[in-house]
Amino acid sequence: MNRREALGRVGLILGGTIIGAEFFISGCKPSSKKVNELFDENNVALFDEIGETILPATSTPGAKAAAIGNFMAMMVQDCYKPEDQKVFVKGISDLDEASKKKFSKSFMEADAKQRTELLTELDAEQKNYTKSKKPEDPNHYFRMMKELTLLGYFTSEVGATKALRYIAVPGHYDGNVPYKKGDKAWAT
Amino acid sequence: MSANTYDAIVIGSGISGGWAAKELTEKGLKTIMLERGRNIEHIKDYVNANKAPWEFPHRGGRTQKMIDDYPVLKRDYPLNETNLDYWASDKDSPYTEVKRFDWFRGYHVGGRSLMWGRQSYRWGDTDFEANLKDGIAVDWPIRYKDIAPWYSYAEKFAGISGNRDGLAILPDGDFMPPMELNVVEKDVAKRLKEYYKEERAMIIGRTANITVPHNNRTNCQYRNKCWLGCPFGAYFSTQSATLPAAMATGNLTVRPWSIVTKILYDKDTKKAKGVEVLDAETNQTYEYFAKVVFLNASTINSAWILMNSANDVWEGGLGSSSGELGHNLMDHHLNVNAWGHVEGYEDKYYFGRRANGFYIPRFANLGNDKRDFIRGFGYQGGASREGWSRDIAELSIGGAFKDALTEPGSWSVGMGGFGETLPYHDNKVFIDKTKKDKWGLPVIAIDAELKDNEKKMRIAMESEGKAMLEAAGIKNVQTSSKNPYLGRGIHEMGTARMGHDPKTSVLNKWNQVWDAKNVFVTDGSFMTSAACQNPSLTYMAMTARAANYAVDALKKNEI
Repeated sequence: MNRREALGRVGLILGGTIIGAEFFISGCKPSSKKVNELFDENNVALFDEIGETILPATSTPGAKAAAIGNFMAMMVQDCYKPEDQKVFVKGISDLDEASKKKFSKSFMEADAKQRTELLTELDAEQKNYTKSKKPEDPNHYFRMMKELTLLGYFTSEVGATKALRYIAVPGHYDGNVPYKKGDKAWAT
Repeated sequence: MSANTYDAIVIGSGISGGWAAKELTEKGLKTIMLERGRNIEHIKDYVNANKAPWEFPHRGGRTQKMIDDYPVLKRDYPLNETNLDYWASDKDSPYTEVKRFDWFRGYHVGGRSLMWGRQSYRWGDTDFEANLKDGIAVDWPIRYKDIAPWYSYAEKFAGISGNRDGLAILPDGDFMPPMELNVVEKDVAKRLKEYYKEERAMIIGRTANITVPHNNRTNCQYRNKCWLGCPFGAYFSTQSATLPAAMATGNLTVRPWSIVTKILYDKDTKKAKGVEVLDAETNQTYEYFAKVVFLNASTINSAWILMNSANDVWEGGLGSSSGELGHNLMDHHLNVNAWGHVEGYEDKYYFGRRANGFYIPRFANLGNDKRDFIRGFGYQGGASREGWSRDIAELSIGGAFKDALTEPGSWSVGMGGFGETLPYHDNKVFIDKTKKDKWGLPVIAIDAELKDNEKKMRIAMESEGKAMLEAAGIKNVQTSSKNPYLGRGIHEMGTARMGHDPKTSVLNKWNQVWDAKNVFVTDGSFMTSAACQNPSLTYMAMTARAANYAVDALKKNEI
């Protein structure tokens, strides 16, 4: 990281503070073991499936292989502002409601094709919403889920070394190497 | 008393303090280097230097706790997970902002030499003559010929890689082989040169990363993780370069956790006899004595130490007789950026992570270029292919989306301006006795702002950035101009300026305090103007020059 990168980097992390976290978990299933103040293991399982739907296994591993559910839970707990945490936590039930409305079943009960269909719609919804939202309006929960999935996956060991290319010590620099379609991007 | 007596005391261990220690010890002076913070041992204490990106739990970002803990550092990129321990605690060491001033500090052995940006440029006579020609502040008491041999000396030891570009505004130095512009940058540079008929240039950055092995240091490995501390010692820092040289003489003692609270001034000899130190761990006070004192605590803290010294003689402190101590605070103003899309080059990529970019030296107010402001600005930037955080048109989620993101996106070019700030008497620091730090010491207050000249310059920085990228064929050029605050350049300068006349300056041309000739101030505080180049190389050269003078003067019993 240097100053030039810092200037140009696209910020994907919505930083923030945690207050009143306990308030937000009232909707969670009490039987599941908590992973932090905000989320439990059921939530993590759901995030894994959401992440895997956004970035599924193809010729390279999917987001679940990068433990994306745990990553999302940790990032929302540690890095999100209270207002974003609230939107994110409510997003869990919003997403399930959308699934029930569409398929008469929860997201976890839906099959892979249905999940993809639903999240494609939600992504269009968040893109439209984000385009017209004022700065003071809340963020869209699915935008957060998608951002965290991309960040968590492509900076994970699986994402950086299997989906992308990572060399710890390049040893030299060449500013003009051939590239052909299909070659992986550098992880950093 | 004898146990605490040395030939020389160096206050501070950053870029200039490290150089002072090296030069003084190599010339045979028993020297103690006092550092207010902890020790950081080269390589061993670079605890994150070999971590992969995924070994940082938040992937390098910032948590809410970090944001709470660092109310100043959070204002820009320095607040991050990867080298958090290198940044001073805002809470332990608060300061007063009469006007907003973003002060990013490193309180440990090595100071900000561990995290610095490493861009290293000479100044030329355009810069040293500027105040005189413009009738601004006071004239520099030196010219390029005075510093040129010391630039060479500093470059040869530090290891500066760069190209000899033959530009009048940016004198060439004694460089190691340059790093390389990439394929897109080379073409952009060529188009700019043609379009502006060689009146503007885009060159590879000159950087304190070594490109060939040097003094037991390994050449740059292109990891671009410099600010974690380099296990190869490939960039210049106190730890990689000046400290080992000073230690090798057997003449250096380093004392961490030593907050210098004042320079002890002897009214009879009109010289400093030593310093008072507050041990940051034990809160005990100690005195150290020496024949010569080098003050290298960084611009704002050096002013604080001087202001807190010899108050029985001068109410405003040691060096205050001119009325200029603490005044004329400068920085480089930045956060004016331009970027855009590059068409083509889809069959081109790069290998390695170059810890460097391109540099566009100053062109404003040179030759036929006339502006509604004085002085000028440069740009730093780079071209690269977009990564996974880009949008993919027509794709939303799913396998095709993911696979598209595993390939690099199109090329883009971005750059940011670094503008000169003028020395204004009313941009100042002073001691705020109403607020105390963790050790009960009164804090510094900072009262400084950008004024009309800088504001006009920022408009030109934005429009010229756009114009140049468009002239080079870049598409969809966008610009931004944000954060018009001082401090963010992390190039604080000017609180103890040098000059010809003790009535209008704090230091003479040898960096000696006019009021105490065995006190030399060679960090950024001596700067009489700011130019727009990154300043550290000038501190290195001037420190070596001052140390050489000081040792000669000691031998001749002149100080």
